[in-house]
Amino acid sequence: MNILVCVKQVPDTTEIKIDPVKNTLIRDGVPSILNPFDGYALEAAARIKDKDPDAKIVAVTMGPPQAVAVLKECLAIAADKAYLVSGRTFGGSDTLATSYILSSAVKKIEETEGKFDAIFCGKQAIDGDTAQVGPEMAEHLGYPQVTYGLEAEVDGDGLKVIKEMEDGKAVMGVKFPCVVTFTKPAWDPRYPTIKRKMAANRAEIPTLDDTMFPEMDTTRIGLKGSPTHVKKTFVPQKKSGGVKIQEADNETGAKKLFELLSGASII
Amino acid sequence: MSNPFFNEDHESIREMARDFANKTLAPIAAEVDKTEHFPLEVAKQMADLGFLGLKIPEEYGGLGLDMRSYVCVMEEIARKCATATLFISSANSLSTAPIVISGTPEQKEKYLPGVVAGEEFIAFGLTEPNAGSDAASLTTKAVKDGDDYILNGRKCFITMAPMANYTIVYAKTDPEKGAKGITCFMVDMSLPGVSCGKHEEKMGQRGVPVSDVVLEDVRVSKDCVIGEVDLGFINAMKTLSVGRVGVASMCLGMAAEAIELAVEHTKNRVQFGKPLCKHQAIAFMLADMETKLNAARGLVYNAAWLMDNGVKADKEASMAKYFAAEAAIDIINKSLQLHGGYGYSREYAIERLYRDIRVCSIYEGSSQVQQIVISGQMLK
Repeated sequence: MNILVCVKQVPDTTEIKIDPVKNTLIRDGVPSILNPFDGYALEAAARIKDKDPDAKIVAVTMGPPQAVAVLKECLAIAADKAYLVSGRTFGGSDTLATSYILSSAVKKIEETEGKFDAIFCGKQAIDGDTAQVGPEMAEHLGYPQVTYGLEAEVDGDGLKVIKEMEDGKAVMGVKFPCVVTFTKPAWDPRYPTIKRKMAANRAEIPTLDDTMFPEMDTTRIGLKGSPTHVKKTFVPQKKSGGVKIQEADNETGAKKLFELLSGASII
Repeated sequence: MSNPFFNEDHESIREMARDFANKTLAPIAAEVDKTEHFPLEVAKQMADLGFLGLKIPEEYGGLGLDMRSYVCVMEEIARKCATATLFISSANSLSTAPIVISGTPEQKEKYLPGVVAGEEFIAFGLTEPNAGSDAASLTTKAVKDGDDYILNGRKCFITMAPMANYTIVYAKTDPEKGAKGITCFMVDMSLPGVSCGKHEEKMGQRGVPVSDVVLEDVRVSKDCVIGEVDLGFINAMKTLSVGRVGVASMCLGMAAEAIELAVEHTKNRVQFGKPLCKHQAIAFMLADMETKLNAARGLVYNAAWLMDNGVKADKEASMAKYFAAEAAIDIINKSLQLHGGYGYSREYAIERLYRDIRVCSIYEGSSQVQQIVISGQMLK
């Protein structure tokens, strides 16, 4: 079993503020973290490895050199190897270009690590919130995909994935090789142990730069290979939160609702 | 680089300890205090992450890390749950240092891995009802009987005794010779004649049980002697020197938390038409607290750094413990003052910190004992 986990370094949006004049993110002094959904994808892979200690987990990220910090975090938590994909011509890529570069990186990494049975991604990154890169990678690679996964286990020559639906959960079977994107399950990712954390500090993380992909179509990468253009960013007006009525049974709920509505002179 | 005393490993250990304290300990700390019970599965989790084996050699399951790694962990864990630090300090210093310092390879093999794994607990029995700061005046006796020793006496205020598998007991093997007639024994708590007496009801650090250890004609074999016969007191003093830096580090963590709470409260609480912190008298109190904390940090980090570099640092460890404990008590007291009536309510974390910190100038050598050690080094 060979799993690739795709991760991204993102600004910690719980600490982020928006410039009220320019409508852009103020990134100064905001800590960078592992995208939380990618953490769930890594944990899902780690749970497969718990049952099959021979399984191998490889982490990859595309980003500037300082993005190795999240790869070290992946190594500390559960990954066996990590690769950084970084190059000047990759800069400015939108989701389509990013997923194209990452799919090329998958092939490149497979030359060293062997074929991946499954590629796990977070459902989306908390900075761009597009939820496109995982599904687009599946399309570039021609693999089946399951999105919004909560947990996954090996089932014969594929995975059994429990996925989140709007009104419940669904169990899906998917054959290797496949792409699964993960959302927040009921648990948090495991803590790294001190031993793994220190080993991660010393780990060598190979960089795949833009010179290492001679077969890559350069019109499909970077800013000029990106069809997405941001027309305008703005801060949506804040809506005040509604009231949630959650009582032991429907009757008390209805009574509470009646009290609220009549109290506000609506009925 | 945030500090000249720490390297990348120290910083990453600190970061993970902080993360664990925030996510796992902060939500249970009030409950641990209220129910006087620390969940053993959380202790086990701390063991799995490596916190209980920081200073234990790798060949016995530990991580073999230095004093500064231990300082980082104690500091961060203490911010959120003082009780949790007792599991860490017990495993890394009081219960294992006597064995690491003077045990045989067989004893290390027998006792250390269980402690590292969080599966066995060892208590440290030095204090007696009439031998506290003057530890050498202890009266527990060990009388040789063939290849065995027969132990009689009473130890008191023994942390973790009711849940311990073993207790390290210091006893007189040669009552004539005072401090030079004390031997260190490893006593299995399930032996006939060993009992615990009632649990102490404590002011703070309530999640770990504390009781007497009563020894009535307890027969232990000579394999249970740790180190050399009659040389146990040196072993106890060396152990306490390690422990002092640990207690000092936990004082740093608790004081830092108290300052954070004070800053937050005084920013939000409005009186006389402006936030409390905008009143200069209050802001100056905050400045004093922060300065005192950082002075304490300097002493503690320096003592740990010296120890890591193989320098004898008994005086430095005592100065660190003395100053950090007194500073933390003062800082936490001031933080509670700044909380006003809210600080006196059990609903606020500062109330628990106020109780939890108080023992830090008493146990593992009171402030006055530290003054004896410090002045003793100056005047010898």
